[in-house]
Amino acid sequence: MTVKTMTSMERVMTALQFKEPDRVPLFLLLTMHGARELGMSIRDYFSSGENVALGQMMLLKKYGHDCVYPFFYAPVEVEARGGEVIYRDDGPPNSGEPIIKKYDDIMKLKQVSVKDSPPLVKVLKAIELLKSEAGDQVPIIGVVMSPFSVPVMQMGFDRYIELMYENEAYFNKLMEINEEFCVEWANAQLDAGAAAICYFDPVSSTSIIPRSKYLETGFKIAKRTIGRIKGPTATHMASGRCFEITGDLAETGTAAVGVSVDEDLSILKSRCRGRLSIIGNLNGIEMRRWSAEKARDTVRQAIVDAGAGGGFILSDNHGEIPFQVPEEVLFSITEAVEQFGYYPLNK
Amino acid sequence: MNMENIHQVLSSFERALVAVDRVAAEKILAEYGPGFDPVNFVDTVIVQTLDNIGNAWAKGDVSLSQVYMSGKICESLVNSIMPSGGMKRIEHPPMAIAVLEDMHMLGKRIVYSVLKSKGYDIIDYSSMKTGELVGRVIRDGIRILLLSVLMLPSALHIKEVRKRLDNAGHEVKIIVGGAPFNFDAELWRETGADAMGRSASQAVEIINRLYERPQ
Repeated sequence: MTVKTMTSMERVMTALQFKEPDRVPLFLLLTMHGARELGMSIRDYFSSGENVALGQMMLLKKYGHDCVYPFFYAPVEVEARGGEVIYRDDGPPNSGEPIIKKYDDIMKLKQVSVKDSPPLVKVLKAIELLKSEAGDQVPIIGVVMSPFSVPVMQMGFDRYIELMYENEAYFNKLMEINEEFCVEWANAQLDAGAAAICYFDPVSSTSIIPRSKYLETGFKIAKRTIGRIKGPTATHMASGRCFEITGDLAETGTAAVGVSVDEDLSILKSRCRGRLSIIGNLNGIEMRRWSAEKARDTVRQAIVDAGAGGGFILSDNHGEIPFQVPEEVLFSITEAVEQFGYYPLNK
Repeated sequence: MNMENIHQVLSSFERALVAVDRVAAEKILAEYGPGFDPVNFVDTVIVQTLDNIGNAWAKGDVSLSQVYMSGKICESLVNSIMPSGGMKRIEHPPMAIAVLEDMHMLGKRIVYSVLKSKGYDIIDYSSMKTGELVGRVIRDGIRILLLSVLMLPSALHIKEVRKRLDNAGHEVKIIVGGAPFNFDAELWRETGADAMGRSASQAVEIINRLYERPQ
């Protein structure tokens, strides 16, 4: 039987340095599942940092994966600006009516003070509690929405695309406001104890904009923003494609990229080798109905495709595993990592 | 205009749209539009180009923003050249489109624009919850319902839409689309939908197939 010789923190840090740790690190990016562990509704669960910290520690103990993930819900940043959050019993809280209804509203946006914002303070509380529990043994992954992607929630996807193409002045103003917030929010999470920041940036993926547009927009914004975040970042495409922009992503200063199941992991690995670690790319939507055999085969193939030489963290492809994924599947994934994930890998 | 010229126009027009270059698209219309009857220009150039771009999206060759902005540019071009009421109209059973249970309208707007540009008369329900949607579908006598979703739980709620419509004895074909269906090829069957489309042009093909109409 193979024995773990590293803590989760050592395992992850070794992989991110493009070296082979004792085994392939596994990030089960579970958010809502903590509510189930505590027997709470999703709404009640996310009402306090204490709940989320406890839920994350229970999930860590249960599955033995390699991170804790105090990500509450994507619209927490919009909520911090007074936006509506719509809860549901079976999925992640969603953003409500956009807070930017017309372009002029952009000029009225004020900077949010992270420490004075109750929705953000509860996230920081969760991170602080996790830090006191997990110490330096397990990486705590903080989360920000990129300044370039958060407007999908601030103003609606269609109107944001129109803004991006048709009104440079308002677009630049919105990015200026969002960049300041993103840097402050990321650094507050690092100060609270997060080891790294997941920079969600799906609008930068080539599923959403062509590379030419990315180079004019999301790339420059990421380079400026990530440069001011005082800790390591992983850029997540939240299921979007990134093959064409992997070199650009590396230039933004990010350490890793969360990749889509729509792209070939082995090709991505060879393209990113030595420059960018890969996080992915199990299909979270399909995972809901995986058999134990399907989970084992899929995990084994991902490890074969991307595990060699480090630079790979096995995870889902969206950055959040759906609430509908049952614990049997999650156990099958962890068992498959134990079976196939130890270095040196079998070919 | 001969076939070679038409290919040239199509190719230039597609390049302009994919580059989201409204000025170039308008120039092409100004240069070549007079050689066409307006209805013919919409059919031969605009609809065909939007189909090509939609198919390129389904294959991952263009981005969603290019699809959306192409549709938006074409909407304004069509409005500028078509006399009021001059659009070709396609006969079909009552049809509606909705986003189920969230505020993300982009996919729905793309499909709606393409169907309108092709002459389909479709009611836009915007975003609705299950109960409200079922009531409207029955009240409006809808026989073709297109549903767009962004999140998995919303996709799973289509089962409830189907169940309630069936229980009411209301016959309707449900066509679904959106991110969760693109990531799980079996999901649409599980929801009780009649079909799933990955792009606006696939939605048109499905509507025609379900009602056995040649395109």
